[in-house]
Amino acid sequence: MKLLPGGIVKPKTTVANKTGAWRTFIPIYDEDKCKKCGICETFCPEDCISVDENEFRHPDYDFCKGCGICAEECPADAIEMKYEEKE
Amino acid sequence: MSLFAQGHTACGGCGMPIAVKLVLGGSGENSIVVSPTGCLEVTSTRYPQSAWGVPWIHSLFENAAAVASGIETALKVKGKKANVLVIGGDGATVDIGIRALSGMFERGHNVTYVCYDNEAYMNTGVQRSGSTPYGASATTSPAGKLSFGEDKPKKDTPAIAAAHGIPYVATASVGYPKDIVKKVKKAQEIVGPKYIQILAPCPTGWRFDGSKTIKLAKLAVETALFPVYEIENGEITKVKKIKERKPVEEYLKLQGRFKHLFKENKDQIEVIQKMADANAEKFGLDG
Ligand SMILES: Cc1ncc(C[n+]2csc(CCOP(=O)(O)OP(=O)(O)O)c2C)c(N)n1
Ligand code: SF4
Ligand code: SF4
Ligand code: SF4
Ligand SMILES: [Mg+2]
Repeated sequence: MKLLPGGIVKPKTTVANKTGAWRTFIPIYDEDKCKKCGICETFCPEDCISVDENEFRHPDYDFCKGCGICAEECPADAIEMKYEEKE
Repeated sequence: MSLFAQGHTACGGCGMPIAVKLVLGGSGENSIVVSPTGCLEVTSTRYPQSAWGVPWIHSLFENAAAVASGIETALKVKGKKANVLVIGGDGATVDIGIRALSGMFERGHNVTYVCYDNEAYMNTGVQRSGSTPYGASATTSPAGKLSFGEDKPKKDTPAIAAAHGIPYVATASVGYPKDIVKKVKKAQEIVGPKYIQILAPCPTGWRFDGSKTIKLAKLAVETALFPVYEIENGEITKVKKIKERKPVEEYLKLQGRFKHLFKENKDQIEVIQKMADANAEKFGLDG
């Protein structure tokens, strides 16, 4: 690793950390229930929820730590936290 | 992706990164941020990585406001414009960095100082700070046979900031995201020193399940334990009214740091309720 003067590093380089590995519970989104309000996206501490062309929300499981805030705050009860089986 | 990237290493459910992405959302790309030592710095800039999408510099624990003052002055000299912010923890702000902060206010630097308030020194293991609320058990104010936890009221830092005669002081909570964005935008339009204190629950230090972060951020406001308001040029100009104020128990009972109050120290809950009542009275929160 080349040490830059003053310890300068490149922006947004934390994306190399796949914090999804921390997860115990995984949020599963139900599009039939979703009201497309965006509340999950606003509150996600990982800022890992994206919007598709139909305004449905999708968590990026590479980064989702499974905190459950989205499921707790979703006004439509469209997100379920499930225990995630891992190998 | 916002200006604060994924892959930071804050605990799951941490309120601090929610506050940070909202502050950057309000402040925009043309921002320069200074952060003192604390959970934000440690979890966003593990060398050689950074979560930041704007120029960011780490100060010492105690001098973020002085570093920001220098940056703001350098920009002025060079004839350049950028929103200079500090985003720092409560320990860095209300205790160890308060001298540098007072100096920044006094000299009138055009800086927005944001304190994310998780009510203790979290990164070093939940030591009490001046911002720790009365009755909370922290590792240096532990509840036990001879103690009900922290025995001093939460330091009124927004009032200290306002006493400097600065143009803008505000409090906010991550439970109300639009309010944070609005207040940061407003602060950036005002020339001079600005101070915004944002309540950012810490699941690890407050001992609650990370899914309840937003719930608690709202309950702190709904019980009047953390009043949300604006002070402009020394006058309270706006308060977040509470329709039906909730008893403080509803907030306290969800957190491990207050658990002891429900066993041996029930009388202290009444003391805390009186503090909430006094806040409601002082800021005219009910209604
Ligand atoms: C001068 C100095 N004293 C002590 C420390 C150790 N230290 C690092 S982070 C921290 C706690 C920070 O607390 P706060 O500002 O509330 O931020 P939080 O970690 O809670 O987000 C302490 C005591 C330090 N880095 N520098
Ligand atoms: S909070 Fe629930 S209803 Fe709203 S967008 Fe997210 S999943 Fe859909
Ligand atoms: S569980 Fe937490 S980290 Fe995962 S998408 Fe929901 S809010 Fe984001
Ligand atoms: S200790 Fe608290 S403030 Fe620090 S990263 Fe964990 S939850 Fe966030
Ligand atoms: Mg703190």
